[in-house]
Amino acid sequence: MFFKLFVILLKENYNFVAKNQLNPSKWVDLYADYLFNYTISRVNDTIVAEDLVQETFLAGLKSAKNFKGEAAERTWLISILKRKIIDHYRKINSKKGKAEVKMGYSNRNEEEGDWLEDRVADPFDMNAEDVLQNEELGVAIQECLMKLPKKQADVFIKKTIEGMETEDICKELNISASNLWVIIHRARTALMDCLENNWFKK
Amino acid sequence: MSTKKSTFFISCEEAKHICDKVQYGEASIWERLKLNLRLLWCRATKSYTKRNGTLTKLCNEAQIKTLNEEKKNEMKKRLESQEV
Repeated sequence: MFFKLFVILLKENYNFVAKNQLNPSKWVDLYADYLFNYTISRVNDTIVAEDLVQETFLAGLKSAKNFKGEAAERTWLISILKRKIIDHYRKINSKKGKAEVKMGYSNRNEEEGDWLEDRVADPFDMNAEDVLQNEELGVAIQECLMKLPKKQADVFIKKTIEGMETEDICKELNISASNLWVIIHRARTALMDCLENNWFKK
Repeated sequence: MSTKKSTFFISCEEAKHICDKVQYGEASIWERLKLNLRLLWCRATKSYTKRNGTLTKLCNEAQIKTLNEEKKNEMKKRLESQEV
């Protein structure tokens, strides 16, 4: 009884929850690709996405002392990145709004008849929902890739995403071809399991 | 016991290995033939092939992009310079 009371008092006075720690020297290796994919699906511009990721890391480093350790490192970086993306759009809109001329179908009286055809959705074209789903899928795959051991993730990315030749990867990583296929097999199996749990069961 | 490999019949592990190669278009015709033969009766190979194909499809649809090494090194340098 007294022991339980003692434990409760201790828990109230000291936070025993394991705190997350920041490790800025590993940010680029661990999160750069994930943050880049997250950003590019929202800004649609490679250079802007690269800049925003860089800015996020720098802002993270600046405000590292404010990190309480309650959230995971990645979640914390994503929250900074979200703010950076919002700021980016605010900046664009403040410039764009000044020179924008709005045109609508209601203004096109002289082209009567054309509008209906223009407005019909093209079934072979990717609609907004497809695009959104693919963006979410990209993030889900990135999340699963981050759970893999570094070597497996590296080999999988080089082979599957960057489309490198087997021979080149073997040379670069100093591994044999049969070793590469074993690594690929392990990575694919782990990714399939991960996506089944995190993507298909959503 | 003989450990001689059969010409036509392959193990489940070998079939999965060939299936991985198929995803990258690196399996020979002979390997694909052996895989297809095993697919006729092996449920495990069939299930693996289906899941593997789905993963390839998802990766293609997602159009994942990565930062090149040069850019990553540049980011690391900038971070290091700020850290000091």
